[in-house]
Amino acid sequence: MTASAPAPAPSPLVDVQGLVKHFPGERGLFGLGRPRAAVRAVDDVSFAIAPGQTLGLVGESGCGKSTVGRTMLRLIEPDRGRVTIDGQDVGALKARALRALRRRMQIVFQDPYGSLNPRMTVRQMLAEPLAIHGIARGADAGQRVAALLEEVGLDPSFAASYAHELSGGQRQRVGIARALSVEPQFLVLDEPVSALDVSVQAQVLNLLTDLQQRRRLTYLFIAHDLAVVKHIADHVAVMYLGKIIERAPAPALYARPRHPYTTSLLSAVPVPDPKAQHERIVLAGEVPSPAHPPSGCPFHPRCPHPRKNDRCRTDPPPLREIAPGQLAACHFAEDPL
Amino acid sequence: MNVGNWLALGGAAIVALAAVAALRRRITATASGRRFFRHPTAVPGLFVLAFFVTIAIAAPVVAPYPPYFQIDITNPDLPPSTQFLLGTDPYSRDVWSRLVYGARVSLGIGAVAMLVAATIGTAVGAVAGYFRRWVDTALMRLVDVGLAMPRIFVLLMAVALWEHIALWVLVLLIGLTGWFGTSRLVRAEVLSLRERDFVVAARAAGAGSGRVIFRHVLPNAAGPIIVSAALGIGNMMLLEAGLSFLGLGVPPPAPSWGNMIADGWHKMTVAWWASTFPGLAISLVVMAFNALGDALRDALDPRRAGEEGGEGGGAA
Amino acid sequence: MTEPLLRVRDLKTYFVTEHGSGTARAVDGVTFDVLPGETLGIVGESGCGKTVTSLSILRLIPEPPGHILPGSFIEFEGRNLLTLDPRELRAIRGNRIAMIFQEPMTSLNPVFTVGDQIAEAAIVHHQVSRRAARSRAIEMLRLVGIPDPDERVDHYPHQMSGGMRQRVMIAMALVCRPQLLIADEPTTALDVTIQAQILELIDRLQAELGMAVLLITHDLGIVAGSADRVVVMYAGQVVEQAPTTTLFARPLHPYTEGLLASVPRLDAPPARARGRLRSIPGQVPAATAWPEGCRFHPRCPYAWDRCRAEEPPLLDAGGEPGTHAVRCWLLTDPRRRTPHP
Repeated sequence: MTASAPAPAPSPLVDVQGLVKHFPGERGLFGLGRPRAAVRAVDDVSFAIAPGQTLGLVGESGCGKSTVGRTMLRLIEPDRGRVTIDGQDVGALKARALRALRRRMQIVFQDPYGSLNPRMTVRQMLAEPLAIHGIARGADAGQRVAALLEEVGLDPSFAASYAHELSGGQRQRVGIARALSVEPQFLVLDEPVSALDVSVQAQVLNLLTDLQQRRRLTYLFIAHDLAVVKHIADHVAVMYLGKIIERAPAPALYARPRHPYTTSLLSAVPVPDPKAQHERIVLAGEVPSPAHPPSGCPFHPRCPHPRKNDRCRTDPPPLREIAPGQLAACHFAEDPL
Repeated sequence: MNVGNWLALGGAAIVALAAVAALRRRITATASGRRFFRHPTAVPGLFVLAFFVTIAIAAPVVAPYPPYFQIDITNPDLPPSTQFLLGTDPYSRDVWSRLVYGARVSLGIGAVAMLVAATIGTAVGAVAGYFRRWVDTALMRLVDVGLAMPRIFVLLMAVALWEHIALWVLVLLIGLTGWFGTSRLVRAEVLSLRERDFVVAARAAGAGSGRVIFRHVLPNAAGPIIVSAALGIGNMMLLEAGLSFLGLGVPPPAPSWGNMIADGWHKMTVAWWASTFPGLAISLVVMAFNALGDALRDALDPRRAGEEGGEGGGAA
Repeated sequence: MTEPLLRVRDLKTYFVTEHGSGTARAVDGVTFDVLPGETLGIVGESGCGKTVTSLSILRLIPEPPGHILPGSFIEFEGRNLLTLDPRELRAIRGNRIAMIFQEPMTSLNPVFTVGDQIAEAAIVHHQVSRRAARSRAIEMLRLVGIPDPDERVDHYPHQMSGGMRQRVMIAMALVCRPQLLIADEPTTALDVTIQAQILELIDRLQAELGMAVLLITHDLGIVAGSADRVVVMYAGQVVEQAPTTTLFARPLHPYTEGLLASVPRLDAPPARARGRLRSIPGQVPAATAWPEGCRFHPRCPYAWDRCRAEEPPLLDAGGEPGTHAVRCWLLTDPRRRTPHP
């Protein structure tokens, strides 16, 4: 059985235990024929985030990190598992209570072009959550919208604009403002800067950092860019094929990764310094499909660890504590690459 | 036709032109508006529609005679002249006057029937596409049946059950048998829209299904609905004309372009004007709607809609 | 000094936009060389003109709405590409100069096998028989590291992963052993571990085949690892050009400086890692309305009157002439290099 995270003191704002989401495989012609294998997008994921902290969730495409974010907010219904936000079990809530809880937890999306309704003005988009939850209407809402825009670094005159009149960075700021409008405690940031230019990325990352301090927000920062995550996360969890294969405080993970996948991932990130070029660990083979994960350790076909053996092929390693606060799912985690 | 009528007719043409010009000025401000007017048939189509709508509204001033008025039953089938612009029909009624009043009926029936069909089709498509699972399956099987049904025969059967069919019943029937295609279109749009991030964002903000569908999904699905409606009106008008021609539609003496053709049919060789002009009118209007629908389809193409805005000017 | 393989002089590519937005001057006077066997990196953000530059070299710009202005000069192996007739140009494309793109799925034809697509270039340019072309295709698949090439040669693009498709595209590009490979953001759409594989593949092939690579990217890390020399583009112009080590050690243009400072780095010391990133204020201007004077001045921490009034030319920054060039007035007035309060 996987070990659950030892609850970091103070008690965590967000607590995820054993989250599972499988997407049924597609069937053959006309829905007849044997159903294909299910895609195990999220396969028993557990973690906790203390209030005011940022957990970085990293992994490559298909690892399930986006699904984790959406399942936590019940934008996708999970198959199994328990998600607790500020003590409340998200999965157990019925419609009305769930709607009330939505005020506490919000999401910011990756694609600045797709995350805004092309037919609504900025003002309408920001005022809508206020109307849904009965926080403010009319002129009062207008004032709040202006305040929100200023808070995310946009001039209040943008309230009359449509999404297509804004740049990518500006749209992303609007998306953040929309999430903040209901005064949430917890924010799922699903690749919030991946689609932005480098210079705009920095602006938005700074904004997120400032907002976190000012509003005491808790973040789940989902990304594939390890350098970005290093910059903003307190703790980092690395996912591979639906499972968390390593979890540690950020300084420890980047300084001394315990899982060979983490090490390979870190080694593959290009560093903007010609003098710091290192021998890259180049993994062989492709990322396997989440519908057909390998037996045993999901990483074993590509694993470059010198001590890899038959056990890796047959025996899935549990996520276990190697050092205080540092967990890894590898049989040889004590002897990292 | 007296002077007043001529003036009114001229006035109607001018009003129609002015309306089209004003519309053009307003909507070429947007890229989709410009795409619309790039179609060579867009302006003529708009003008034809504007003209017929104007004369239909202004019927009392444009038409010299009331539509049921029989001028001189001893002398029917008079050819077009300055007094009778389009001649008289076998019942010695002024064809032009009946054409103008008939525009009200034919256009009205087409528009209202389309409204009925579009509303039902959108509702069914949206519900099926948004809620999916058994609701979707049930509704789409219903649509499959509807699409397979031979529309004309069903209408004929339904109409044959009534002695004298009321106009609103006719409209309802045409509408009720015409929504199936639209529902498929809307369902497809809704299926793709519901996965878009801004829809998920609305749900994350706590919006219920109703708000999500009406404020987020449908406004963005409007394009295909509008195109389908524009292209469908022509079809509905033709249906009405066909039914009226067969004597099963708009009951005489009320003029509709369809029954006007029927009235003059047996005198085609000697008095061609009585049937030909209403026939021309139908053709023109249906072509205009098709032209409009075509231009709208290009203008509202969602693939092009993404060109508006975005960074830079096509450079990367 | 070795004769350059590719010489681009004052390249200007403009696009006509509809309805009064004016002309987009996407590439506005770009000059650089590519030496045989080297990797030149062109780096910049979206809207800077780097992709349009690469497409202009092979004259792949749709005309209308784009056109390459007369006065632009592109010389390859001694011949002016802009004056070649279509037949001669076709003989160069895919043969002497090859190009790979960002999105392998849309760059590969879904209805043909990968073998057919790789063989096509060989058949068209070298008139080899179908059988010979097929064995060349298998050889290329092996060269780019695709396992079981004799089977894979008959697969379709949709049967392959993103990384493999990119390898196929590289195989297609290299089957005729071109002298110059233009790679436009070849790894942007790929996962980081696959990106590492592809970059390593390109490096290896470059050494084996002795070809030059024009590598276009927005990622400074890739440029640091793969390029010998770097050209930084902003607002349709070259703003800095230098050997890679020099550029990263001594960035002279404020934009380059800003970019380097704003990139989150894996090698950042832990204390800095949680602070604020230095960011460049503002955003990239639209190509239809480049700012007056120096195009970067609205966002530059050092700008003064001269920058607002006069557009700086590319100036030599010392060292051997032509190695380090910067488009900035700071070179003439270094005391101004203090940020405004």
